[in-house]
Amino acid sequence: MMLLFSYLIFPGFLFSACAGLFAGWIDRKITARLQWRVGPPWHQNFTDVIKLLGKEIIVPEGSKGAFLLSPYFGLLSASLVAAILGNSLRLSMESFNGDVIVVLYLLVIPAIAVIVGASSSANPLASVGVSREMKMVMAYELPFILAVISVVIKCGGNIRLSSILNHQAIFGSHLLSFSGILAFITSMLCIQAKLGIVPFDASEADQEIMSGVLIEYSGLPLAIFKLTKAVLLYTLPVFLIVLFWGKDITVPALLGKYLTILAIIILIKNTNPRLRIDQALRFFWGPVTLVALLAVILAIFGI
Amino acid sequence: MGIKLKALTRSIWVFHVSNGSCNNCDIETLDCFTPRFDVERFGIQLVGSVRHADVILIAGAMNRKSVPRMKQIYVQAPKPCLVVACGICACSQHMFKDSYNVVEPLDKILPVDLYIPGCPPKPEAIISGIVKLVAKIRSKG
Repeated sequence: MMLLFSYLIFPGFLFSACAGLFAGWIDRKITARLQWRVGPPWHQNFTDVIKLLGKEIIVPEGSKGAFLLSPYFGLLSASLVAAILGNSLRLSMESFNGDVIVVLYLLVIPAIAVIVGASSSANPLASVGVSREMKMVMAYELPFILAVISVVIKCGGNIRLSSILNHQAIFGSHLLSFSGILAFITSMLCIQAKLGIVPFDASEADQEIMSGVLIEYSGLPLAIFKLTKAVLLYTLPVFLIVLFWGKDITVPALLGKYLTILAIIILIKNTNPRLRIDQALRFFWGPVTLVALLAVILAIFGI
Repeated sequence: MGIKLKALTRSIWVFHVSNGSCNNCDIETLDCFTPRFDVERFGIQLVGSVRHADVILIAGAMNRKSVPRMKQIYVQAPKPCLVVACGICACSQHMFKDSYNVVEPLDKILPVDLYIPGCPPKPEAIISGIVKLVAKIRSKG
């Protein structure tokens, strides 16, 4: 019962979706203010999702069953990550050995759900988006995992979220060390790509390929993809806080840290144009991976 | 009136079709999204795919080439979906009434919910048209 509650309501699906939708509003509002516009009201993203629930669901001719199934898998795994992270922050006893690896695996599934769903929609523009999304996943996973490895090395090989938090509570946040700050910068760029936000939104480019991977989705499945995005917008910054910035985990401190990371994401979004997919690939496998490797080497030497 | 319909009036996603228009209406439509008018205040967004659309905004007189395509686009849109004729060409064919290439007015082909006259209509006119559209949805629901 308790497990179901923590998965479905707090800190799992319902809480993380609401927090993510609200964070999405902050993003839209700040973007609008930066462009000298007024911006949407606070309930805008909730309204969008409720509206999508009332629209017709169109299944294109020639699509497979995975078209309607895959959005659910993305949302299920994203909210599972939210539940694991929230519980390890709230009650450290709930955390289990190896949950860092579980979280890393589950964070890939939303991207895979997008790939499977869009490629089963039999749309040529969607397949262009799929190929870009696949390249993007391959590009950002390598530096992201290297950044996580550097944290694990700093904690003496612990692959448990609560031990990582304990280690930071005793020795101070990883962000304050050289390897920690390098790994943090790397993973900031990686979560930008994971969230599919500008400059790494080539797979959903509205202006070129008409929302790419989401082109055939309407109604409920589209709402679920929006919710998945929202849950990830809550989950990924919280994951970074747990890994790098976990000394003080009282509620006001967490809120402040979350808003700081959100502000960095919005800042990157509003100051950069969209990168072509080959530029993004070169960027992630070149400089970003080198920085992540440097972070791992420094972590081995304990700096 | 259901909560979903009420949400529809607060978050209208527009799919913008240029249907052989002279581009003036398109420019004025895009002006609505600029800082001066900013219709994102009301949750109005331009979308790239017709599957996400709540409103199909059509500019230009329908010609022989665009009629079958326009019908196809309307079938592809998820219902409830509204059709807005933007500009006098889309409303009434205007000066192309006797043209060899223009066969039927738009409202003989698709169920048009809102007419915004003008050549081109000002952004203010488009916004006031959208207000009327929202009132129409509310009175129906």
